[in-house]
Formats: sequence, structure tokens, C-alpha cells
Amino acid sequence: MGLSTLIACHECDLLQRRVPLAKAGVARCRRCDAVLYRGSSSEDLDRALAYTLGGLILFLIANAYPIVALEIQANRQAASLYDTVHALWIDGREDVSLLVAFTTLVTPSLEISLLLYLLIPLRFGRTPSETVAVLRFLQRVKPWSMMEVFLLGILVSLVKLEHLAHVEPGIALWAFGALIPILIAAAGAFNPEDIWTKIDQVA
Amino acid sequence: MNQRPMTARQLGLCACHTCGLLSKWERGHVDLTCPRCRSHLHLRKPDSIARTWAFLIASYLLFLPANLLPIMHTNSLFGAQSDTIMSGIVYLWVSGSWHLALVVFIASILVPSAKLLALTFLAVSVQKRSQWDPIQRTNMYRIVELVGRWSMLDIFVVSVLVALVQLQSLATIRAGHGAVAFGAVVVLTMFAAMEFDPRLIWDPQDDAS
Ligand SMILES: [Zn+2]
Repeated sequence: MGLSTLIACHECDLLQRRVPLAKAGVARCRRCDAVLYRGSSSEDLDRALAYTLGGLILFLIANAYPIVALEIQANRQAASLYDTVHALWIDGREDVSLLVAFTTLVTPSLEISLLLYLLIPLRFGRTPSETVAVLRFLQRVKPWSMMEVFLLGILVSLVKLEHLAHVEPGIALWAFGALIPILIAAAGAFNPEDIWTKIDQVA
Repeated sequence: MNQRPMTARQLGLCACHTCGLLSKWERGHVDLTCPRCRSHLHLRKPDSIARTWAFLIASYLLFLPANLLPIMHTNSLFGAQSDTIMSGIVYLWVSGSWHLALVVFIASILVPSAKLLALTFLAVSVQKRSQWDPIQRTNMYRIVELVGRWSMLDIFVVSVLVALVQLQSLATIRAGHGAVAFGAVVVLTMFAAMEFDPRLIWDPQDDAS
């Protein structure tokens, strides 16, 4: 009997038969409407790789340049993403500093580099040796990547400071703004299901 | 095939929580691993309800300090000032940015409290093996999972302000104890939501049918 022709909904456990899907198709649970799997196309891999590479470049820019600069009476202060982590640390708030570093620096950079580790060899028809461990890790770490929340946080702080001083958005702010949709597009094009099937065929 | 829909558990099958592959579930076997990805197999998330409760109780304990302690201290030529989450929202409101005040209110006050209440309700209902509208409860769980991360908003606001406003004699902003408690509440409620297994909502109904 072919267990691989069946799928159990991860939210309500209902068993359902897998059916082949069209390119942009989505299979939803008959009972609770959870997304079970998505249809795949041959360009998925190319698109995922392109978006992730774009994401990498924007992420580097977002980290290399100041997000915003502040001017009060000829005193100028600029802050990059790393500066926010550093300032909290020297302020004696190591715990908060680590939380910010983990959600805006460590997790996103791990996510982007591990995706590239998977996608580049797959693009050339090879399956990287640590695929299983990396997929498992990516799934676990995903909720902790909070770039979009951080972007909203920057915007709120800009409004708060507007009343006190002259604020000037930096290059990194624009990079952040472009990074969010690109990361969403990369996640949309990346289909772990395909990789699992590929591993199945090898085994 | 019979007409009545069956769950994997009723057929003695277990889906891998990492890769989704179905395997035969053997009762009493504690060390089953997925043949494809080698993750440990569990019929349901282990000790789901007990762990959800543990994280929930810890979140409740920190909820008051998170909201009552100042999350930041401002020192400027105009004097010193301490802000809690709520006073920061009031400040945004009176300074004319009512739309941002609303955003911060939703992210920092409404979402964390609603999330605690919703998860408590879900945990109680599952523990009582309630059969009340499983679709509604599953949707509730999905919303909780989706919006929880946005509560980190105020932590990020404080961290940007601390980094920017370091103008020695003119003005400095420092993070307060409330920021630690608030960050902890966000992280703990995220863990609580992750430990909760939505399939438990459906089990009582499936057992009854
Ligand atoms: Zn379902």
C-alpha cells in the first residue's frame, strides 16, 4: 500500500488522498481548510534562488549602512542595525540585546545562507549532503525571524523622534523596505515538499 | 473505501511533523523515527497541554511587570521621564499620531492579552475534551500563531531609540526593566503557541464518531 499517496492534515489529522496540482494550485484540507501542499513548477527553484540572492544583497546593505540619522543642535547620531544591538548591550540590557540580535541578525542571516546552501546545488541538480538537517532547522527557526516587525519598529521610532529632532532615513531603511517583499517572495517560491520528494526518489 | 472520513491516528498512522511523511504508529515504541528525515515521531506533540500551560503561566506572571514597569527612561534638557508601554501609546496619541498609537496599542496591548486569553481558552477546552466548534477553535489558533510575533514591535522601537538618542549632554534614552519583562512575555507566549497541538481540538470529536 502506498502511504506516500496519502497525506494527513497537520492541523486536524484528517487523512486525504494526494492529487497532482497545477502550477499555482494549493491543496487545502477538506475539513479544516489548512494548506496541505502547493503545486510546483520547474521555475520554482530558479525563482526561489533569484529572490534569495536578491535578499542576501539587500540584507548586506541593510546591515552595512545606517538605518536612520538624528540631528539635534549640530549633534549628529546615526544608527545601523548592529548599533541597536550594541547600544542595548553597553546599556546593561544584555537580555534585550540578545533578543534583538537573535530575531533581526542571527535568524535572518542563517535563514538566507541556509536557503542558498540548499538552492544553489539543487539548481545544478545535486542534493546537498545536509539537506535533511537544514530543512528541519529552517522549519524550526522560521518564526523567530522578525525583519518585518523590526521595520515597523523603525517607522514608529522615527515618528516618535520627529517631534524632538531632525530625522533622516538612511540607505539601510530603504534596503529593509525592499527586503521584506523579497523575503516573502522567496518563501513563496521555496517549496520544501519538492525537496522531500526528491530525497524520496534517491532513497 | 468507506465513506466516513478517517484520521491518521484512527488508522494507526502518524505523520512526521518535519516532512509530513506518514508512518505506521506502534504503541509502546518510544523511539520511532521518521524513515525519511529521521525526526522523532509523535502521534501528537509530546506533553502538549502540560507544556502549553507551563509557558502560559510564566507569561501571566510576567504580564503585569511587563505592562507596569517602565520600558524606557528618557533624560533630556527638559528633564527625566520614564515610559511604560501604555504611556508611550498615550504620548503618540496626544502628539497627533493617532494611527501609530493604534498600531502600537494593537501590537503591544491587544495582541498579547488576546493571545493569552485565546491560548488559555484553547488549553481548557482541549483538556475538557470539548467538542465545541472545532473549526472556530482551529481558526483561533491560526490567528494566535500568525499575529504573536508582532508584539515584538515595542522592543524594537526601544532598541532603535536607545541607539539613536545618545547625545551625551543633550538627551539619552535607556531601556527599562519593563522591556525585559515584555520581551519575555512575547517569547513565552510564542513558545506556548508552538507547544499547543491543534489536532487535539479534533480528537474528541473523532473518538466520538
Ligand atoms: Zn485539516
